[in-house]
Amino acid sequence: MNATKKRTLFDKVWDAHVVERLPDGTCVLYIDRHLVHEVTSPQAFEGLRLAGRKVRRPDATIAVADHNIPTMGRANGIEEEDSRIQVETLERNVAEFGVPYFPILSPQQGIVHIIGPEQGISLPGTTIVCGDSHTSTHGALGALAFGIGTSEVEHVLATQTLLQRPAKNMLVRVDGVLRPGVTAKDIVLAIIGKIGTAGGTGHVIEFGGSAIRALDMAGRMTVCNMSIEAGARAGMIAPDETTFAYVTGRPYAPKGEALEKALAWWKSLPSDEGAVYDTTVVLDAAEIVPMVTWGTNPEAVVPINGVVPDPAVEADEGRRVQLARMVEYMGLSVGQKMTDLAIDVVFIGSCTNGRIEDIRAAAGIAKGRKVAPGVRAMVVPGSGIVRDLAEVEGIDKMLIEAGFEWREPGCSMCLGMNPDKLTPGQRCASTSNRNFEGRQGPGGRTHLVSPAMAAAAAIAGHLIDPREFT
Amino acid sequence: MRKFETVEAVAAPMDMANADTDQIIPARFLWRARAEGYGGLLFNDVRSAADGSQKADFVLNRVENAKAEILVADRNFGCGSSREHAVWALSDAGFKVVIAPSFGDIFFNNSFKNGFLPIVLPEARCAEIRAALARNPGARMVVDLEAQEVRGPLGVNDGFGIDAFEIDPFRKELLLAGMDDISFTLSQQGAIGDFEARYEDAMPWV
Repeated sequence: MNATKKRTLFDKVWDAHVVERLPDGTCVLYIDRHLVHEVTSPQAFEGLRLAGRKVRRPDATIAVADHNIPTMGRANGIEEEDSRIQVETLERNVAEFGVPYFPILSPQQGIVHIIGPEQGISLPGTTIVCGDSHTSTHGALGALAFGIGTSEVEHVLATQTLLQRPAKNMLVRVDGVLRPGVTAKDIVLAIIGKIGTAGGTGHVIEFGGSAIRALDMAGRMTVCNMSIEAGARAGMIAPDETTFAYVTGRPYAPKGEALEKALAWWKSLPSDEGAVYDTTVVLDAAEIVPMVTWGTNPEAVVPINGVVPDPAVEADEGRRVQLARMVEYMGLSVGQKMTDLAIDVVFIGSCTNGRIEDIRAAAGIAKGRKVAPGVRAMVVPGSGIVRDLAEVEGIDKMLIEAGFEWREPGCSMCLGMNPDKLTPGQRCASTSNRNFEGRQGPGGRTHLVSPAMAAAAAIAGHLIDPREFT
Repeated sequence: MRKFETVEAVAAPMDMANADTDQIIPARFLWRARAEGYGGLLFNDVRSAADGSQKADFVLNRVENAKAEILVADRNFGCGSSREHAVWALSDAGFKVVIAPSFGDIFFNNSFKNGFLPIVLPEARCAEIRAALARNPGARMVVDLEAQEVRGPLGVNDGFGIDAFEIDPFRKELLLAGMDDISFTLSQQGAIGDFEARYEDAMPWV
């Protein structure tokens, strides 16, 4: 490495973790934090057992069950056999291999990407992996965080490293100031709408610009969370005073002298002036409005005052066919106004929007209002700590009085592995991250929105600009 | 892991851009034990109608593709979640290779860990091969990893070509040797231990 080379945030974190560079450029990359959950880990532990291997750094590993656990009545045990077996398997594995674990009834339990930052396990400048694509969330702290498959989970458990090649650098800059009522979710949906679901493939996206800098940590996590929806395995935001204030005092964060030392390194992480990116994309924050997806991938997104687009205007035949299929699957007609779409279900939660700030935003809209007749609206906090905090603040009451269900933490309807599923044809305003066919249940129709828009849709009974409620 | 040998087999064309991992294997099946196999669940919700019957027009339901080992797909194949089950479903269903203009990064990475080969060919060429396979159902192709070549469709007067593809030399070596990369990395234990000692010193808070 050339010492005078201008480096990006990604380059700096990467370089600090290279154990060894092989002749073809593949690197043995050291992993600081490994988050483990019940769905993508059983075969990895099984692999270790069969090979007689142990976990190299149990102290750098943390396990939690989140994907398929029920979000109601958990204290009575897990009713669904499949889910129960997976959770029991995880509990057996962590006991056998000595991996720390947050039990499902502990307040620390929650969605793995909510609890990492919440506990101070995820830190700036670290490498963080998890067998889940939304690991990109932790990049909001200035970490290099990305999702891995089960074989790589096993690889990290056994070696605390991964074999990786460096990604390309992409800068997405959002300049200017957001208009009132426009949120981090709208920013990231606008970005994906602009660059497409494969726009970031092969890259790590660094989000920058004044509109990103102005976001709180929850908003930054929402943006980085959906990097993978733009094709990038990781998204990162340079750590700054907002980050340091967030990290300081959390249970697993460094303290005292260690914190001083850490801060010195963290402050050196932002990209050097003049660092070169392979790709740069610029958005004007003032042009972003509340966004909603209409189709079955996150790039099929329009402003809330928009209409269902006409596939016929697409020049490319493949795309035309794909868009027409989306219109059909989603039960839409071309030119239909998004605000005319009646909603059956509202889901507020997930690793994208399950933090306390998201629940406050939803409660702010719901307060003193009622969920429209016929709409099922559920709020699933991202962790036990988020849930407890909301109850201390009394915002659970506001939501319950408005007619929302107030549930226990987990991934829930984001991916429909537990009983929280859509039935065929149901239309859902969801604060999650994927609107793929069948994602929330076979035949289900998902519109990705911000927490404010989801709450507003629950009240109105149809998709609506949340600014009408403020 | 099995050594990756030259594949000569039926190739099935799939005209579906952004085939995501939720389509390849829906989340509600992910709890199944690896030993039970995921092959029968490949594209479960895409290949079956609401009443559970198999859609006759879905490419993988066609009789000529019953023994297909090569899938020729469209751009951004395997985008979405990190679930390795997507690779397992393809592999358990008998596929050894997917050819596409581009892939989801995590799917691409996961493939190699399972002796499964994702090949990138130009978008126009993928479209041409898919069209030729659609006109010649059951046509075979050859994937020669050693030579880094895709050949075919074979035996038809339509769309034949010899296409070179790129692959990381390290990944190629592991595939051809059938070596899993944990064994490789464990051979680097010394370097990892040295790194940890240095790192602990520099960043004691991690």
